[in-house]
Amino acid sequence: MFKWIHRFGSAPFVYRLAGALSPWVGMACLILLCAGIYIGLVVAPSDYEQGESYRIIYVHVPAAILSMFVYVVMAIASAIFLIWRLKLADVVAQASAPIGASFTFLALVTGSLWGKPMWGTWWIWDGRLTSELLLLFLYFGYMALRAAIEQPQSAARAAAVLAVVGVINIPIIHYSVEWWSTLHQPATISKMGESSMHPSMKRPLFMMIFGFQLLYAYVLLIRMRTGILQREARTSWVAQLPEVARD
Amino acid sequence: MTPKRRQRLILVCLMLFGVGVAATIGLTVFKDNIALFRSPSDIAAGKVDAGTRFRIGGMVVEDSVQRRSDNLDIKFELTDRVNTVPVAYNGILPDLFAEGQGIVAMGQLNEEGVFVASEVLAKHDENYMPPEVAEALKKAGKMPGTSANFGASSLVQP
Repeated sequence: MFKWIHRFGSAPFVYRLAGALSPWVGMACLILLCAGIYIGLVVAPSDYEQGESYRIIYVHVPAAILSMFVYVVMAIASAIFLIWRLKLADVVAQASAPIGASFTFLALVTGSLWGKPMWGTWWIWDGRLTSELLLLFLYFGYMALRAAIEQPQSAARAAAVLAVVGVINIPIIHYSVEWWSTLHQPATISKMGESSMHPSMKRPLFMMIFGFQLLYAYVLLIRMRTGILQREARTSWVAQLPEVARD
Repeated sequence: MTPKRRQRLILVCLMLFGVGVAATIGLTVFKDNIALFRSPSDIAAGKVDAGTRFRIGGMVVEDSVQRRSDNLDIKFELTDRVNTVPVAYNGILPDLFAEGQGIVAMGQLNEEGVFVASEVLAKHDENYMPPEVAEALKKAGKMPGTSANFGASSLVQP
């Protein structure tokens, strides 16, 4: 009954599946991001308090959400790798790290650019900003640890343990604005019930969040293909690939 | 599930549990240090020593802002709806500074109990809406509050 699941443990199958999916994911991502940016920056009304400056939310919030989302994916993949020794789970984790680090960096930079005109400062060591910076260092640590250990198997295991342990930072980032007094305001869109954002502003935001998720999926698929090829470079199925075979 | 895998699953869960407990203890112990600012109620309760530099946060009391015409001196009152602290500042304020607005200021208390600020930052809330909607809500008296943590008491508007 669950036999089809085992196909996702097969490197050639996943390699081909990722290759077949990526153009469609990329296309959908491009359309969604273009529409989201246009509606967010041009169509959506300006804010009653922040005027036009609030529009950076259409990059900042999706980047911040994805920075945590990617880490959770990485931690789950690492746990699966640690328990079941599924190599492809490690491929997913390894491929995700630089993408997550990029989203985190983007969230920090756009937040800083937004903080100066609104709060009056580029940076402040409050709970939210500090824990998000810690997330960036966790990504860096994960990548550095992998690069520092020469033996690939031990590198993968050590990095997986770090990824699993670091996941504790995710609820801290999320609840930082509720647990402690911070300069950063509480969440706008994750609240249940009454919304804190006008529907005309929220619609493009959700488009951007979904678009960023597709962007992650697109880059992940491409990076997974590369990762699989690197690991399986000496196998016969790779040698027989039309894009690899040399005459 | 093979015994080996079950063992590793338990190990991963234990690892997460251990780190979770350690983080909870650490964050609880350092709660006061992680908080960015103190509230006017903390000062009233004597939790802050005179002469130490710290951050204070709260809402600017309506009709309390006094500006000078010849320099940048400004005086206003800061509240958490329980206690109020007078604040004096000389400098440029962020654009969002207004009466009824949440702010965070850095400075220290002087002998008269006035908080002398060296930096004032605006703390905007989590609500976004077009100006027309804000106007209508204000007229109807249904402006949404914030769920921001202001320390001693919540500032959610009635």
